[in-house]
Amino acid sequence: MKKIRLGSGAGYSGDRIEPAVELAEKGDIQYLCFECLAERTIAIAQQAKMKDPAQGYDALLAARMQAVLPVCHKKGIKIITNMGAANPQAGAAKIKQIAEKLNIRGLKIAAVSGDDVLAAIRDQELTIEETGAKLSTIKDKLVSANAYLGVAPIIEALQAGADIVITGRVADPALFIAPLVYEFGWSLEDWNLMGQATVIGHLLECAGQVTGGYFSDPGFKDVPGVGQLGFPIAEVGADGSVVITKVESAGGMVTLATCKEQLLYEIHNPKTYFTPDVVADFTGVKMEQIAKDQVSVSGGAGAAKTGLLKVSLGYVDSYIGEGQISYAGPGAVNRGRLALDIVKQRLEFMGVKMQESRYDLMGVDSLHGEKLSAGHDPYEVRVRVTGRTETMAEAVRIGNEVETLYTNGPAGGGGAWKSAREVVAMVSVIVPDSVVNYSVQYEVI
Amino acid sequence: MKLRELAHSRTGDKGNTSNISVIAYDPANYELLEKQVTAARVKQFFDGVVLGDVVRYELPNIGALNFVMFQALGGGVTRTLALDIHGKSFSSALMEMEISENL
Repeated sequence: MKKIRLGSGAGYSGDRIEPAVELAEKGDIQYLCFECLAERTIAIAQQAKMKDPAQGYDALLAARMQAVLPVCHKKGIKIITNMGAANPQAGAAKIKQIAEKLNIRGLKIAAVSGDDVLAAIRDQELTIEETGAKLSTIKDKLVSANAYLGVAPIIEALQAGADIVITGRVADPALFIAPLVYEFGWSLEDWNLMGQATVIGHLLECAGQVTGGYFSDPGFKDVPGVGQLGFPIAEVGADGSVVITKVESAGGMVTLATCKEQLLYEIHNPKTYFTPDVVADFTGVKMEQIAKDQVSVSGGAGAAKTGLLKVSLGYVDSYIGEGQISYAGPGAVNRGRLALDIVKQRLEFMGVKMQESRYDLMGVDSLHGEKLSAGHDPYEVRVRVTGRTETMAEAVRIGNEVETLYTNGPAGGGGAWKSAREVVAMVSVIVPDSVVNYSVQYEVI
Repeated sequence: MKLRELAHSRTGDKGNTSNISVIAYDPANYELLEKQVTAARVKQFFDGVVLGDVVRYELPNIGALNFVMFQALGGGVTRTLALDIHGKSFSSALMEMEISENL
């Protein structure tokens, strides 16, 4: 029986790149899919595109493609990604440029556009889902409006022989469902099959979150080799049966527990998970551990799609100012509270206008407020990793490795913050004046 | 005993809504969780943090509960002033809930 193996190469725009290369090299996969477009990412990309029409695609597109293109081309692995963000055509042009530099020939790249509906909806009297307000109230502040597209354009690109498909906003699971529909010739109106395919896409779309990332809790939920976390593979049959697994030598694990946590991640009513392609039903899902790091998942179902699409709107809402400072030693908490009082008084005295504000003591009550934090000493810990490097590029990598703990590290990590800066320091030496010998030279191109 | 002894959990975010899964390590304990980890208790637990309703969905097939908590994220991940903009750490908080061994 024909099987298709899909690899998930990224769970968010800033995710690690090496596990995707590992999947391409050792995963025996036919498709490598990258989900890289968070809610706000496309609005920021749109602003970049307005400044420069050649920009607006994912910031890590070039780095990812440089890393995976050679092996994917060699092995005939097709790539599907939403890294086009606000400018899939420019993203495709960039991939072409990278392929040329790598001396890769015979590559067909498809750019999917059409999700940008700003011009079409700007003047419509629509109601905002979250607030109930009319669209006209934010009309002048709109930056972007992108509809969640379904599988159809990706399938069309694959039918046309595309090796790489780059899109803007599409429903996350569509990146994984489309190649399955294309390979197996599924009917887009077989709602149960589309529901099961949505389960597969949902399990894969956050990459490391189903292989033991965002999971470990020492002593309760231990993950082997979590520092070398591998990304997931779905081995899918023509009937929609699936086994979630990973590269054997990679770190992490695929268990009932990791799969269950990811199944419910960002799910509201599990009976009605709305997507552009189907209303998926997760309530009948069954899982079985059939071997080490192999979980079989069945029972995903669905009902006819609604014909409605969600449109994500980006708008200029407000500005946020923030400052942080630390106090330590005896009386640190009292001094911290005093500091908050002083800043509060100063902001009032200076007439700083704020719509809302928060005064938190990190390490004491900043995550869950006073009530939940009471009786815990200390209630919070904040991991800080710092290192001195020779170049800025190296320094940036330190913070990145803390940030990627989101989808790859222990359970429930939140609020990551990173920075990299140049240090200007002063030292002195003494030399004889004969060492100083100057000249002036000119170069003209 | 703490909920942490019986179940594991993951938080997700969508707009200003947070969801927390509560998954029994041993499916035999699902009934205990279903009885004791109610929407009302979770709402009470996150009093002052979650400003809206809490709705519970049951998935007995995989021994799991899913709590959907509205107005939980200070306006949502893209505009909240909170340190943990996604509310990712909520799941760890809920693991502190006291559970009685008797049904």
